[in-house]
Amino acid sequence: MSQETLSGWARKLRAREISSRELTQLYLDRIERLDPQLNSFITVTAESALAQADAADARLADGEQTPLLGVPVAQKDIFCTEGVRTSCGSRMLDPFVSPYDATVVERMNAAGAVMLGKTNMDEFAMGSSNETSFYGPVRNPWDTERVPGGSSGGSAAAVGARLVPGATGTDTGGSIRQPAAFCGITGLKPTYGRVSRYGMIAFASSLDQGGPMAATAEDCGLMLNAMAGFDQRDSTSVERPAEDFTAGLDQDLKGLRIGLPKEFFAEGLDEKVRGVIDAAVDVLKGRGAEIREVSLPNSHLSVPAYYVVAPAECSSNLARFDGVRYGHRCENPEDLMDLYTRSRGEGFGDEVKRRIMVGTYVLSAGYYDAYYLKAQKVRRIIADDFRSVFEDVDVLLAPTTPELPFALGAKADPVSMYLSDIYTIAANLAGLPAMSLPAGEIDGLPVGLQLIGNYFDEARLLGVAHQYQQETDWHTRVPAAFA
Amino acid sequence: MEWETVIGLEIHAQLNTVSKIFSGAPTAYGAEPNRQACAVDLGMPGVLPVLNQGAVEKAVMLGLAIDAEITPRSVFARKNYFYPDLPKGYQISQYELPIVARGHLDIELEDGTIKRIGVTRAHLEEDAGKSLHEGFELMTGIDLNRAGTPLIEIVSEPELRSAKEAVAYMKKLHSLVRYLDICDGNMQEGSFRCDANVSIRPKGQTEFGTRAELKNLNSFRFVERAINHEIERQIDVIEGGGSVVQETRLYDPDRDETRSMRTKEEANDYRYFPDPDLLPVVVDTAFVNQMREKLPELPDAKRARFVEQYGLSDYDAGVLTAAREMGDFYEAVAAGCGAPKLAANWVMGEFSAALNRSEVELAEAPVNAEGLAGLLARIQDETISGKIAKEVFEAMWNGEGDADTVIEAKGLKQITDTGAIDAIIDEVMANNPQQLEQYRGGKDKLFGFFVGQVMKATQGKANPAQVNERLKAKLDG
Repeated sequence: MSQETLSGWARKLRAREISSRELTQLYLDRIERLDPQLNSFITVTAESALAQADAADARLADGEQTPLLGVPVAQKDIFCTEGVRTSCGSRMLDPFVSPYDATVVERMNAAGAVMLGKTNMDEFAMGSSNETSFYGPVRNPWDTERVPGGSSGGSAAAVGARLVPGATGTDTGGSIRQPAAFCGITGLKPTYGRVSRYGMIAFASSLDQGGPMAATAEDCGLMLNAMAGFDQRDSTSVERPAEDFTAGLDQDLKGLRIGLPKEFFAEGLDEKVRGVIDAAVDVLKGRGAEIREVSLPNSHLSVPAYYVVAPAECSSNLARFDGVRYGHRCENPEDLMDLYTRSRGEGFGDEVKRRIMVGTYVLSAGYYDAYYLKAQKVRRIIADDFRSVFEDVDVLLAPTTPELPFALGAKADPVSMYLSDIYTIAANLAGLPAMSLPAGEIDGLPVGLQLIGNYFDEARLLGVAHQYQQETDWHTRVPAAFA
Repeated sequence: MEWETVIGLEIHAQLNTVSKIFSGAPTAYGAEPNRQACAVDLGMPGVLPVLNQGAVEKAVMLGLAIDAEITPRSVFARKNYFYPDLPKGYQISQYELPIVARGHLDIELEDGTIKRIGVTRAHLEEDAGKSLHEGFELMTGIDLNRAGTPLIEIVSEPELRSAKEAVAYMKKLHSLVRYLDICDGNMQEGSFRCDANVSIRPKGQTEFGTRAELKNLNSFRFVERAINHEIERQIDVIEGGGSVVQETRLYDPDRDETRSMRTKEEANDYRYFPDPDLLPVVVDTAFVNQMREKLPELPDAKRARFVEQYGLSDYDAGVLTAAREMGDFYEAVAAGCGAPKLAANWVMGEFSAALNRSEVELAEAPVNAEGLAGLLARIQDETISGKIAKEVFEAMWNGEGDADTVIEAKGLKQITDTGAIDAIIDEVMANNPQQLEQYRGGKDKLFGFFVGQVMKATQGKANPAQVNERLKAKLDG
């Protein structure tokens, strides 16, 4: 049963082969039994899930055909959920129960999806291993001594272990794609502005984007259909006609121009990972795609630019967590300064503090031009690189990460951790849609393949991934311990 | 040494939009604490700002009214600092690209000359909440009702040279924002607030001295007093061999003094950067033209028209056009009674005095424009004299009805019947034979005595001109 995909369950629910209550109970049982090995959930909302399931069953009984109706999903704990703790993986928000639903949550609820709970994550989405969570690290279902990636590590591990058919993630510098790669699942970061950020706790506002994580491209398309769309509460959300992201799944690949950016295959790439990617390229070539090498000459500037822009925005975004109105407040503050410094000192973990300090520094008088302004210029240059490459090719293909999932505690040095996102960050800086899908295994660990598309080309990306998944079975594999 | 004062004003005007600048919560004043703050105003995790178009419209109208440049693409920035009544830990404001740039305002100096004061910029921003220090025993209460109220901060060039000029500028701007109906101008409620940058320099020197920023100047009187105090303080400091420190000083109206809040060294580094949650504000020509069409007649234009159209003195026209409502009221009275000068005298005289005495706003006055015009019409058609009119006005103000009702009820109608006046004169002459003899013997001054007696006998209702004429004829006859 646990092998079934989100789309598969959706079909079975509509065919009334299983009720949402049965399905929900099945997954709740799996979470109860298996999650102690993974720690992928911060909060399980069993009671409200069953109530949602019953409501979905009633709608299904009325013949409603909404695709996500009755399908169990999980929300990354960065999305605000009314009446449910929304911690963002931080002690700071451990006591915080949101008074409202994020737009994404609202839309998925309206579509009839059943929320099983809130998934673990790096604190405030800052991390690439899920080790910065206040609730402890998440473990990789393929090897529980290894990290699941981050920051959406809980969602990736839960889907990878089939504790839930689909989950939401957010991606600021690779936080959907890198954990998707590490956990052997499919994850999509949409074009910036596709998915409303309202109610998604901000890390770096100009880079953050929510997206789906599930077993297959088709699953991601179904989820994105519910998640995406203009939201007048988010000024940066893009007003475009509604789109069916599953419409292009069956499009064949004949004549599709796929570019391989040579900078993504350079030094630092694990040779075995390269082998997996080469094999995937051959599969796509076999289905009619044209492959060509392209260049994104300023790629090497992505990580440094990102680690100026993202901390700058986070230093300001996280200022609201001051112990005054909600969240963690220190005991017996002596005065205002004590209230601020101790509440924040106790509430935030080291990585968050590190980024707040870096961000405060780069925005300070005398440094702003040299760092922040320069990084913004680099961002434009990187976006220009992509713009010119997309004149010649339709899709870019690259590895998602330079290496395999690493062991817990292996990357104590923050900079080596930051380099884990070396292939994913550029798409965030440019605002482009990008996804990761499982494309092989090395020593029993999954390897992710990254596809980057032009603006608003999610349907095409999902189509390429789906075609690939017609010919391969990596996306169907489940770690033995969770099968 | 002779000193010259240099003053620049930063005026914060709350824009009178229905909802807040970045949320849908209402802006009305005086609600119970924290009842008018929604998730966005509270700075809840995950919330995002959405710009209120109404605030942009009002800012553009102000820009047009001060003949300024309207920035086609202005940018909201975050001003970062921690304060308990600043929910997000930053204020959304405008920094490098304000919506309004380089305008000017003409003020009238005491000697009647006009001085043009440059307006450097005007930018949109959100107001903070309020910290309440009373009634919380060793704690501070936070009221976020005001958080997110739209403000326009209007920054003048340092071209004001005295406290009086500063007040004239502030009054002019106050009048303007109310004309434009973009701000209610209520200074007590903090809708219109002023900070002043004050420095002094030896007369003739071109470089500026070190300035102090005075905060909390929430009335015209405070502005004048605080600036004058600050000028004296700075002169004392410099003449005592010291030097002025760049700092922020708070005006305490109870003690009538300014005291240091923080020095430059303690000042925040606000770490401004463009707010990534908001798109640039794009204002195109069509929009600007639309706003231009919405502009009402502005004070200077109205003043000139009053001089031209109603034959008023420039001074009277200035008084009557200082507030839009007063100008409108005057025009309604003038039109209603057909006597513009009489209307001006009454509106500025009796009527304004009554407003002050009763401490009511124009809109709440017990006598409206129609009522006052009705009264003045009775002066015009000689039903009553100006003197009696004051008595009638008093009664109208006290709610005893319109002019005709009062005149009728009190029997105040002027006596213009020559026969009746003659009869009274005869009676007065008969009753005062001694005075009559003296008058006729050459004591001309006694004419006034006879007028007084006639008026007394008629309780002031006799037409004075007629009394004069008939009395003269009879006494001399």
